[in-house]
Amino acid sequence: MEKKGNIYGINGPVIYLKGNTGFKMSEMVYVGKEKLVGEVISLTTDMTTIQVFEETSGLKPGEEVIGTGATLSVTLAPGIITNIFDGIERPLGVLAQNSGAYIDRGISVSALDTEKLWDAHMTVQKGDYVSGGTIIAEVRETTAIVHKVMVPPDVEGTVIQVKEDGKYTIDDGIVTVKSQNGEERELTMTQHWPIRVPRPTAKRYPASKPLVTGQRILDTLFPVAKGGTAAIPGGFGTGKTMTQHQVAKWSDADIIVYIGCGERGNEMTQVLEDFSKLVDPKSGNPLMDRTVLIANTSNMPVAAREASIYTGITLAEYYRDMGYHVAIMADSTSRWAEALRELSGRLEEMPAEEGFPAYLASKLSAFYERAGMMENLNGTEGSVTIIGAVSPQGGDFSEPVTQNTKRFVRCFWGLDKSLAYARHFPAIHWLTSYSEYLPDLSAWYANEVGSDFIDYRNQLVAILNQESSLMEIVKLIGSDVLPDDQKLTLEIARVIRLGFLQQNAFHKEDTCVPLEKQMKMMETILYLNMKARSLISMGMPMSILKEDSIFDKIISIKYDVENHALYKFDDYKKAIDQFYDNVIAKNA
Amino acid sequence: MAIEYLGLSKVNGPFVVLEGVRGAAFDEIVEITVEGKEKKLGRIVEIYDDRAVVQVFEPTENISLQNTHTRLTGHPMEIGLSTDILGRTLNGIGQPIDGLGEIPAETRRDVNGKPLNPVTREYPRNYIRTGISAIDGLTTLIRGQKLPIFSGNGLPHDQLAAQIVRQASLGEGSDEKFAIVFAAMGVKYDVAEYFRHTFEESGVSDHVVMFLNLANDPVVERLITPKVALTVAEYLAFEKSMHILVILTDMTSFAEAMREVSSSKGEIPSRKGYPGYLYSEFATIYERAGIVEGVNGSVTQIPILTMPNDDITHPIPDLTGYITEGQIVLDRTMHGQSIYPPINVLPSLSRLMKDGIGEGYTRKDHQDVANQLFSSYAKVGEARALASVIGEDELSPLDKKYLAFGNAFEGEFVGQGANENRTINDTLEIGWSLLRLLPREELDRINTKILDEYYEAPSL
Repeated sequence: MEKKGNIYGINGPVIYLKGNTGFKMSEMVYVGKEKLVGEVISLTTDMTTIQVFEETSGLKPGEEVIGTGATLSVTLAPGIITNIFDGIERPLGVLAQNSGAYIDRGISVSALDTEKLWDAHMTVQKGDYVSGGTIIAEVRETTAIVHKVMVPPDVEGTVIQVKEDGKYTIDDGIVTVKSQNGEERELTMTQHWPIRVPRPTAKRYPASKPLVTGQRILDTLFPVAKGGTAAIPGGFGTGKTMTQHQVAKWSDADIIVYIGCGERGNEMTQVLEDFSKLVDPKSGNPLMDRTVLIANTSNMPVAAREASIYTGITLAEYYRDMGYHVAIMADSTSRWAEALRELSGRLEEMPAEEGFPAYLASKLSAFYERAGMMENLNGTEGSVTIIGAVSPQGGDFSEPVTQNTKRFVRCFWGLDKSLAYARHFPAIHWLTSYSEYLPDLSAWYANEVGSDFIDYRNQLVAILNQESSLMEIVKLIGSDVLPDDQKLTLEIARVIRLGFLQQNAFHKEDTCVPLEKQMKMMETILYLNMKARSLISMGMPMSILKEDSIFDKIISIKYDVENHALYKFDDYKKAIDQFYDNVIAKNA
Repeated sequence: MAIEYLGLSKVNGPFVVLEGVRGAAFDEIVEITVEGKEKKLGRIVEIYDDRAVVQVFEPTENISLQNTHTRLTGHPMEIGLSTDILGRTLNGIGQPIDGLGEIPAETRRDVNGKPLNPVTREYPRNYIRTGISAIDGLTTLIRGQKLPIFSGNGLPHDQLAAQIVRQASLGEGSDEKFAIVFAAMGVKYDVAEYFRHTFEESGVSDHVVMFLNLANDPVVERLITPKVALTVAEYLAFEKSMHILVILTDMTSFAEAMREVSSSKGEIPSRKGYPGYLYSEFATIYERAGIVEGVNGSVTQIPILTMPNDDITHPIPDLTGYITEGQIVLDRTMHGQSIYPPINVLPSLSRLMKDGIGEGYTRKDHQDVANQLFSSYAKVGEARALASVIGEDELSPLDKKYLAFGNAFEGEFVGQGANENRTINDTLEIGWSLLRLLPREELDRINTKILDEYYEAPSL
């Protein structure tokens, strides 16, 4: 029998019920006449507290609250990819058809299309023994993704009936399983999973492969592993969203889950538009065919914003279970933390630092720990990579969300205001950022890209570090008084900054760069460094070296050498040799 | 039939508590009659069984626990709407104060609005020419954008907003319908008067809806003002297909009002005493800018806020910047040098600019010129810092060129007359004339082809 209660008090998104309602913690409930979706967040013998995921204005005390008996869950079945959902998996496209341009309340729609017929190919036979995770059917969900229908984690038994290959809706039974105690259960393509519980896996692997993003500063300097975690903190206007978009567009993940958590509506519209038009360079399919969007913009209800992060990661885990590499863009985790703070304030909990609740850190760590490279229950290998944007208040990285995030992520891409002001993009600062994955991934880079890759990378970082300490002096006395070898360091660092670190997201060739080209670019810059340095050691002044346009020529390699025309790098090497000979010939 | 409740059980600042109510809804508007004559409006902000906490929009003076009748209206805060609202002046909660009587309503709308579904939004691409180089050239305003002006006390943000209104609204002979919704929250009488005068002078008065909540008007009323104003803007834009420019001034007063009300409600404060929901509350205002797919209208917002102590990291500008699509930052030092408009371009930004400029919109070299100006001007700062240590004479020839470029940039590009209306061509040409002060190899942000075309040949 379904459990019921009546509203006693209302305070914004939080409502109170008097008495012991018999609801369970985290149970999903329907609130009031309009059946607004809510979740139980605290229980005492005489008071039940519920957070409501929709606007509560107009609710009255005395209205009924009905329990569903289940925790807040998402529906998992074909039809997720290419879709756009709100924070509690309501499809925004369907909402728009039902209620127009504005999102109305209490609209009950199913998360996924239950009428669409999917072409299913069964992969089990009668008599097979199946358990949680076993793939029972395959459905081509989009041009890019084959959806693997799996046995829910809590089911185990022998297949006693399998339907023919053919067209089925997500609610049609396709396989019947008989468990050891004789219970028969008909499986459909659909499963439900509570969003706050991680889906089970068999084993966790250590990080060994990078998520290749085509962004030079990320791939070369601060790589993130597949199954890893990265944070992008930065004040407003420093390019968090832009970086997330670039990674979502060009990374080599199979599936992208893009969570717009408390961010701008126009940005989500832009993602929708861009991703439908852009083509995945590897497969030639539209990018949208491997993307799912969760949009809970800043003006949508705050409790659903809190849930959106969990909805996103649960969808990601589901696809990981099929053996895909999934990357989650969470933009922005600060808005999620603020939603926690707002709700915590409404509940009159004791605030900790900056008004955030004391459980902020444990919630953050629980979220980031859901990332990982896993062996799934069905033996496949899949990963969930989390890339979380952090919007620190006032751009100050010492605030609680950034600090706590730093404790749980292993890759930190710190965005810098002064770089952004100078329109140096991506504005990721090479001195404040770090990646702990570098040692784990070195072997992969050596095998797959080139044995010198990591060595080149370290040389680049060393030059940039030298530049930064030299700049301290330059700020005080100007660059004219430096000795020539230090002037050269500054010049090479300039070449690295402009020619390598800066990357133009709007340039056809430069927006995504393969690792081979990144390697060649480093090689060329370092070759120039070596040659120029030997000239300096022969006593040639920097002013003579600067007469040649070779430095600027190297800087524009990123535009002048197309991604498929890497043979052109030989010409640059020749040009550097020629520059060397010229300088010697003229000044001997 | 409406039940009236006699008396109150508590009065505390702007809050009154009503007991024994039946059928009251959260967020409902109540009408409180004091001593049988004076009517005040209030909103139910918390409700526990038969006990409702009401936030009163007007001062609670004269209210006693006995002398009131309270009536539930049965609906949330609403405003009656029709196109007759154009040209009218209203108070902070949308009641006419120009003595021209009630506004005939064709429809009524909940002022809280509803979130716009991201699926039905149209991505803004149409730029608005303001005739101000620093804005058109470097932080282009796009129709449907929310672009705040971050200012400080004593800086000419009002003049700048007025100039935008004058020059943008009268765009190049376009026959599309436009209107201005002006919402003043806690501003001085002089400021409101200045805007009224500007609207009259530029002949747009009959296309303006003014909401005035002046500095001495009730604080609580201020919390509703931007919502009422935006409800009118949405109605005119999305139902009457007009292009609406909304000016909200001063968002700082709005946030201060929230803090005041929140603390008298006894809520747990977060940053600097502001309530935890400041971000969400800002978002429900700013996110109401935009364009709806298939509708020929738009809501563009220019909120103005004064940064307390010129601090851009203060929660008000900080949270605003995280929601709005860029910002225009005014600078006190530049103002001190009599540069008008004193826009500090480095922290200023328009996020939507990249998709609304270039070939087909403005000119193909626009993005490159803008990037280069930003990048070169950032270097001016370094050169100036060095000059202040070692003296200008000791600078390298290149650094000296940067100093010259910086001064010319501030004087000629950013600086312009309060009535000067520049075309996009003028703006870009000035940009090029400045870039020519620098050696060509310093211009590393401009595509070689564009450099070939524009750098050498002054096309004057």
